[in-house]
Amino acid sequence: MSAVSAISDTDRIRAILARVPDPEIPAVSVVDLGIVREIAAGTVTITPTYTGCPATIAIEQSIREALDANGFANVAIETTLSPPWSTDWISDKGREDLRAYGIAPPPKGAATASLKNQTAAECPQCGSSNTEELSRFGSTPCKALWRCKACAEPFDRFKCH
Amino acid sequence: MDAIATYALRLGDDSLILGQRLSEWCGHAPALEVDLSLANVALDQVGQATHFLNLAGELEGKGRDGDALAFRRDVMDFTNCLLVEQPNGDFAQTIARQLLFSHYQELLFTALMGSKNATIAAIAAKAVKETSYHATLASDWVVRLGDGTDESKARMVAGLDWMWRFADELFVMDEVDAAAIKAGVGVDKASLRAAWETRIDAVLADATLARPAPRRATTGGRIGRHSEHLGHLLSDMQFLQRAYPGATW
Repeated sequence: MSAVSAISDTDRIRAILARVPDPEIPAVSVVDLGIVREIAAGTVTITPTYTGCPATIAIEQSIREALDANGFANVAIETTLSPPWSTDWISDKGREDLRAYGIAPPPKGAATASLKNQTAAECPQCGSSNTEELSRFGSTPCKALWRCKACAEPFDRFKCH
Repeated sequence: MDAIATYALRLGDDSLILGQRLSEWCGHAPALEVDLSLANVALDQVGQATHFLNLAGELEGKGRDGDALAFRRDVMDFTNCLLVEQPNGDFAQTIARQLLFSHYQELLFTALMGSKNATIAAIAAKAVKETSYHATLASDWVVRLGDGTDESKARMVAGLDWMWRFADELFVMDEVDAAAIKAGVGVDKASLRAAWETRIDAVLADATLARPAPRRATTGGRIGRHSEHLGHLLSDMQFLQRAYPGATW
């Protein structure tokens, strides 16, 4: 295989994975969530978001199916824990996709402990910052439950991590 | 198992048994938000256990993976500390256990990020971010219950009083720890105690509570001497693999 075709394979794989949705938050792709860490010639490296996230297995299966269906059955999937996944790896597009889906995206730089949970979330429905945390643990490991005091809508906030 | 494999096993067993205990709250917690919280903490613990037990199995080299270690060992082969196997009791007792354990675990994982075993370091670096949420959750509830009504305060005091006797074991060291420290894999748990006490005392002060009276420490979990409670927990957790060995779906 020449170097040229290897590069184009990598780009093709990236495009394929950019269409693989997260099973819990189907509005966002596994690439935009920062789960896909590296795409090399024969290997895709992924990292779990949370240690115990049940979606981890489903994500690997979805990626496997997408690769197989697009002629990359020989590309292996490897999982790495280090460096640990951070919400700072969610792309700008991923953040917009989250907001449009009704989930307040985490602020950038939020992975540092000093910023954790200290900024008010912006309501994804009306944009108000007059919001409050109802529960730090929500419907999935990665989300907290918030409420907007302006429009009274409850909403999920992607946890700073 | 050699000392390093046993070291990983102990880390995994602590997480596994606490995760299983917390999952007993699922559908029973006093409020929906609490139910979600405890289930999430349980999930994080089980996730850590999967990684640590898989590692222990790899280091052992006898073909056992995390599932085999979780579901096909008998009670005396479990190496978790006694604190995590204690029954949930009421919500305050559960929160007391979580307070003591999560602050310990956060300090432990922070230290283990420097482990020379790359897998242990990676698991610790990942899990410590989750554990800090657990410690905050437990601390918030201890303050809310301790500085709450007469009833909630009495229950918080009773819960802490019960769990306190199992705190010493968290910091006990033996030859497994010594070998792991010598290899640069493990950390000096005794050295974490001062920081742990500072954290616990700060939470108790916020909660208008005093430290429980000192008691004779109850230990033995690391070498398989458990309370009766663990057997009952395992009979539930291991039921499927015991009734249908090797079952998969």
